Amino acid sequence: MPEPLLVIENLHAKVAGSDKVILKGVNLTVNKGEVHAIMGKNGSGKSTLAQVLAGREVYEVTEGSVHYQGRDLLELKAEERAREGIFLAFQYPVEIPGVSTSYFLRAAVNAVRTHRGEREISAPDFLKIVKQKMQLLHMDKSFMNRAVNEGFSGGEKKRNEIFQMAVMDPILALMDETDSGLDIDALKTVSHGADSLRGPERAIVLVTHYQRMLNYITPDFVHVMIDGRIVKTGDKDLALELEAKGYDWIEKELAVGA
Amino acid sequence: MTTLVQGRNTKVDVATMRESLQQTENTWIKQIRRKGMDHFNKVGFPSGREEAWRHINLTPLRNTAFTLATGEVTPASRAVLSKSSFGKKALVELVFVNGLYAAELSSLTRLPQGVQVMNIAEAVKAEHPVLLDYLGKVVKPELTPFAAINAEFINDGAFIHLPRGTTLEGVIHLLFISTSANADAPTVSHPHVLIVAEDNVHAAIVESYTGSPDAIYWTNAVTEVVVGRDCMIDHNKLQQESLGAFHTAAMHVELERNSHFISHNTTLGGRLTRNDLSVRMAGEYAYAILNGLVVIGGNQVCDNHTLLHHDAPNCPSHELYKHVLDDKAYAVFKGQIYVAQEAQKTDSKQTSKTLLLSGEANMNSQPALEIYADDVKCTHGSTIGPVDQQMLFYLRSRGIGIDAALHLLTYAFAADVTRRITAEPVRARVEDVMAAQHGLPQDLRITDLSAFDAEVL
Repeated sequence: MPEPLLVIENLHAKVAGSDKVILKGVNLTVNKGEVHAIMGKNGSGKSTLAQVLAGREVYEVTEGSVHYQGRDLLELKAEERAREGIFLAFQYPVEIPGVSTSYFLRAAVNAVRTHRGEREISAPDFLKIVKQKMQLLHMDKSFMNRAVNEGFSGGEKKRNEIFQMAVMDPILALMDETDSGLDIDALKTVSHGADSLRGPERAIVLVTHYQRMLNYITPDFVHVMIDGRIVKTGDKDLALELEAKGYDWIEKELAVGA
Repeated sequence: MTTLVQGRNTKVDVATMRESLQQTENTWIKQIRRKGMDHFNKVGFPSGREEAWRHINLTPLRNTAFTLATGEVTPASRAVLSKSSFGKKALVELVFVNGLYAAELSSLTRLPQGVQVMNIAEAVKAEHPVLLDYLGKVVKPELTPFAAINAEFINDGAFIHLPRGTTLEGVIHLLFISTSANADAPTVSHPHVLIVAEDNVHAAIVESYTGSPDAIYWTNAVTEVVVGRDCMIDHNKLQQESLGAFHTAAMHVELERNSHFISHNTTLGGRLTRNDLSVRMAGEYAYAILNGLVVIGGNQVCDNHTLLHHDAPNCPSHELYKHVLDDKAYAVFKGQIYVAQEAQKTDSKQTSKTLLLSGEANMNSQPALEIYADDVKCTHGSTIGPVDQQMLFYLRSRGIGIDAALHLLTYAFAADVTRRITAEPVRARVEDVMAAQHGLPQDLRITDLSAFDAEVL
């Protein structure tokens, strides 16, 4: 019996302070060791789902529940979720002028360690991990000396997200359209880096518009999201089918079923 | 004791001025004082009806009765010195107590040959020819009413003469310490700085203004700077006055052909601060950079008026002023750019950014461009707002707590200015103050983007 890591039930969410409802009853169970892909058109709510799971306060959960490792995830603040092992690779990583990547990343690693009751990481240990992950993602060491994402190209930013993810070593990795804006070489490197996180104790949920990233990270499940709901679930072949036929046929199928 | 400024419509007390005039035998100083007095009597105390003074309320300054400070070295001034001296990090350190030179606290032993750094009273006595050429002529009483008051009471301060070809390996530190004998008797001092750099001079100069904690006093400073050709002058002003202090300052820089002048103007202290800073690019290819950082809270008020005066063709200028305002702090930034008709190919860029940490803090930022040449590039931009919510979420999503994230982002916002400060003791002082404010480690230069390489990689 697989052990559930994340259980989402009937999740409804809207933009806080407005009537704009985006998630309209999402159900999803992610077990340890699994890789899930959530696909859908722009505006279907897939990115919102990732952000709600990470604790973005611009969205308000109006109904439903999310349990992570058996705990009520919605009770936790964004930083607490991160310390409990949830990592969101942003669709649009934020530039933070004035803060070096090395300081930022060490502060993040130490926030998690302090939460776990561990000592702060030593400089040599931190450097060892950083070096190793930089090699994994084919990154230049000058990355660490730059301000977080400042002046990075779109591809560099995405690479930096997965680099951070690799260093932070999360239990639940949420990847929000990590493939967008990447050329084919960068896509391979980034996907390879993400795939290296695959393991029996963790899970990956990746949100994407296209199938191409799934050539490098083979998903165990592919879900289709339309209008704030997961309407169809299949295996990796569903992604290929979506790539070939688009999303309209599912909408038609739903209409017939209704 | 004689009152200097008091009441609603009082001008400077005439008896005090006469006293001040009689204090000196030097006819030439008398002349400067008389000009200052005459002009102030003409224009009077700044009024809120005048455009330049519209956005700052000077009533608290006006309603405080000040007496002229005396310059005795006391345990209080020594206590301030121990916290504010640059020690061996400065090449030369001139210390002034309540505006008057304190020889026993100063250190001039490492002064390179040919360079002259002395107090103005001494230079006046010696009738130094360079001093006679420029004193009171770069910042004229007409610049601001406060400059006129300063002229009227001109007495002491720092005189720096850098002859042609001088390169200084270290900073000249001018440290102005104010102490009030007791809280019921606020004092005023009128420090004066004259810097004359001949051609091809590379030098860094720091003016620090500080005082006993909570002491009530008024520092009314004037800085005159004359820069020859092909120079690289780095000027730093570090204002850490007591929270009871008033600080008014007028500074003007004359910049000749192909010279670079960089101003780092940092305000951390003071109850009420008003800076008027102007730079005239008088020769072609002169380049002025004005960087400013204001970090205030409580009921502090700070008003920076700057003027980049383009009077020659092909001069670039850059200005970056950042404000961090907490509690009920209020700040004004007025950045004027004046481009004369001859100043073709001027390339001027002005940026003002403000971080509001409280809903009650208030910022008034206004650019003022006056352009008479037709082939120029002048841009300006201004932003005012709270901490960026996207940045905040990004940090939190990595496990960094909301308070730590706010501190980090505030520090980084200001550090964007401090990292441009090349005078190491100044930068270290400002960053340490900010790190302490934000509970961040002092030894870790968050913004030191080259530190990582040096470690192990």
